[in-house]
Amino acid sequence: MSETIPAQAPNLVCTTCDRPLVIGPVRASYLGQTFPVDLPHCPGCGFVYVSPDLADGRMLKVEQALEDK
Amino acid sequence: MDGDRVRHWESLCVEEQPPACAAACPMHLDARTMLEKTAAGDFAGAFAVFARHIPFPAIVAHVCDHPCEPACRRGERGGAVAIGRIERAIVEEAYVGSRRTVQKNRRAKRVAVVGAGLAGLSAAHDLAVRGHVVAVYEADVRPLERLHRDYPPEVLPPSAIEADLGGLARLGIEIHCRARVGVGDGPIDLALLIETHDAVLVALGPGPAAGFAAILPLADDGRIAADPDTCATGVAKVFSTGRLGDAVDGYSPIRAIHDGRRAGGSIERFLQGASLTAARSDDGSAESRLHVNVEAHPPVAPVVPADPARGYRRDEAMAEAARCFPCHCLECVKVCEWLGFWGSNPKRYVREIYNNDCIVMGNRKSNRMIDGCTLCGLCGEVCPTGLDMSEVVLAARRSMVARGKMPPSHHEFALLEMAAARAPTATLARHRPGRTRSATLFFPGCQLSGSLPGLVERIWDHLDDRIAGGVGLWLDCCGAPAHWAGREGMVEAATAGLRTTWENLGRPGVVTACSSCRVMFEGFLPEIAITSLWECLAAVGLPAGSAAAGGPLAIHDPCTTRGRPEVQRAVRDLAGRLGLKLRELGGPELSTCCGFGGLSRFADREVAERIVTRRVGEDPADFLAYCATCRDAFARAGKRTAHLAELIFSDPARPDPAGRADPGLSARRRERAALVRRLKRERWGEAMAEPEPTIELEISDEVRLDMERRLILVEDVVAVITEAEATGRRLVDPATGRRIASRRVGEVTFWVDYAVRGGGFVLARAWSHRMNVEAAR
Repeated sequence: MSETIPAQAPNLVCTTCDRPLVIGPVRASYLGQTFPVDLPHCPGCGFVYVSPDLADGRMLKVEQALEDK
Repeated sequence: MDGDRVRHWESLCVEEQPPACAAACPMHLDARTMLEKTAAGDFAGAFAVFARHIPFPAIVAHVCDHPCEPACRRGERGGAVAIGRIERAIVEEAYVGSRRTVQKNRRAKRVAVVGAGLAGLSAAHDLAVRGHVVAVYEADVRPLERLHRDYPPEVLPPSAIEADLGGLARLGIEIHCRARVGVGDGPIDLALLIETHDAVLVALGPGPAAGFAAILPLADDGRIAADPDTCATGVAKVFSTGRLGDAVDGYSPIRAIHDGRRAGGSIERFLQGASLTAARSDDGSAESRLHVNVEAHPPVAPVVPADPARGYRRDEAMAEAARCFPCHCLECVKVCEWLGFWGSNPKRYVREIYNNDCIVMGNRKSNRMIDGCTLCGLCGEVCPTGLDMSEVVLAARRSMVARGKMPPSHHEFALLEMAAARAPTATLARHRPGRTRSATLFFPGCQLSGSLPGLVERIWDHLDDRIAGGVGLWLDCCGAPAHWAGREGMVEAATAGLRTTWENLGRPGVVTACSSCRVMFEGFLPEIAITSLWECLAAVGLPAGSAAAGGPLAIHDPCTTRGRPEVQRAVRDLAGRLGLKLRELGGPELSTCCGFGGLSRFADREVAERIVTRRVGEDPADFLAYCATCRDAFARAGKRTAHLAELIFSDPARPDPAGRADPGLSARRRERAALVRRLKRERWGEAMAEPEPTIELEISDEVRLDMERRLILVEDVVAVITEAEATGRRLVDPATGRRIASRRVGEVTFWVDYAVRGGGFVLARAWSHRMNVEAAR
């Protein structure tokens, strides 16, 4: 999913931790498959942000590919 | 999937059968492709097609007796395409000789051919291309003497013969002229040829054949006796042509060439030690099974060449070639957006679907295709052989479900919708208040109950007023979504529940407003006598105050009324009583689906939207529908569409039923439950508390439509915001102050981008995904 991930973290702040999001490794999983991916998340509580572009684009393609396995 | 059924389905589709011209040509020239290229001005491409099938393109272009032309289906609409003349123009424009080259053959054999006529040289050509060493022996002074003798030079220029013979020389074929082969005498002895070659082909007319009688027995007609199918004589290694070129109706150059091709094919089989008879496909002219809707093409007269002796000029040949339809069936593909979307024909789709089903490891590339079909059955209606792709697709879906290979995203939402429609909060099955039995039950179907709940009550009251013995009310889901999703167990559970309910109510007859429900009842609950609301209303009469006369409406029949003309007639009868002027959209039997059937909308929104877009574009008039789902699908696409029930039970508060917006998935679900609560409270006097009001949320029409496409319900969004505001677990955009939060429900994560306004919220956007993302540990 790397090509759709912004080089910069979106300008969003975690309300719980009052910290801006950073890009870094998180775990993505679907249908029993788990793989690491770099996504914006809160460095404090780990809240991961999935943008609409990512959800509609590369993430959807990966979901469909896994469903067709 | 059952392989035998798959092969049966495949065999039904005739699209890949050769067109009539190619079937009639003994060489099976692909004239359809050749003419398409010619019409496009691609003469080089047309020649390549011609020369791929025909070993002597220059000769054949001039003297072919073209059996293709009497078979040409254009002959029924203005006159057969002048394929022969076009071939000549192609050769004159683009002749570059045969492009066939000699294949490498590590087991090359030596073959002798006796007789350099078209048959002998055709066999020599094919065997040389296969890499064999071929020597031709001809008694005359030059090869193809018969052509020189029979055709004047203005018909067949000697240069054409020379050009094609040059092609044979390039293949390495040695042609020995003045080389008479005899038996026991003369310079070349047949017995010696047989001894020194791996195979011998005798390609002679009946006259010279008599000279070989000492070795090769003759048939009654004076020709060398040979098997008509394999050209094999009774003598080992020796084959004979001469049985096809001189047919009863005179000499045919193309049949002579085919005769040689068949003999060459037999010799190749013999040299490889293969069966001479197994799986042969060179049986010459045949009739085509390809269905062509000839009537769809207006008649066009043939192009007359300006100079008949010279033949077609380039532009004349192009114009004449453009008269080729071309022959295809594709009747189903023409009427179905789904079949058209995937770019092929049902024969291939059946094979792809079966291959998809057989994959053990790897990608199942046809899943989306399989789940995009609406199961509407229109393909079977228009197919000349009755191939109904819905049977194929449903079998595939059931197999996918049984093997755990159905993509979860395709039908999950629809099945959750079905579960919501079957929940105790959304269902009801009761006799009329104060009664202990019902003559009939009214089963509106879950979509009408969600889309027009008030109307359900009015219809129910009207039926109860007109039908002696009383009418009970039955709000439930028939299980169609599970059936369409291939979930047989779920269908069984749903219909078993319906059966129990019906038995508990005393097994009355059932009247339904939904044609899908009717199909489900007929298929899975045949013991229940089911009637459509429309037939029932036609019988019991309309309520007082029905007055709907107005401008013409184009009537859309739900696809699930296909094959049920009594329902379609009843609807037209009712419309007539209302004074409505109707326009047909191609007739009820050719009705398309609205995209909801088969759950197409949920598995492949793009295809479903194409189906709706095409349908609503068929007539500029407002539509009349009599299925709540169809009506709402067209309204969502911006098409003004009235539901027949809204016209029959007109409501002064709703003066423009055709302009009513699609209520949407969220409202339908909400209204179904609200209807049940209201009925219990108002009709049966039960205390029914309304749900606590939730947050105040403003959603623009644009965002609402986007949510509808994404299958996100308002209640999903409310749950995300409620949780985020309660826990404070959310993101904020410092630049705009907007908040972003998410919540995972089952296998889906819902995201909401929203603003705070006053005491409530304004939704900016909602989206979702199925993949679960968590902080790395």
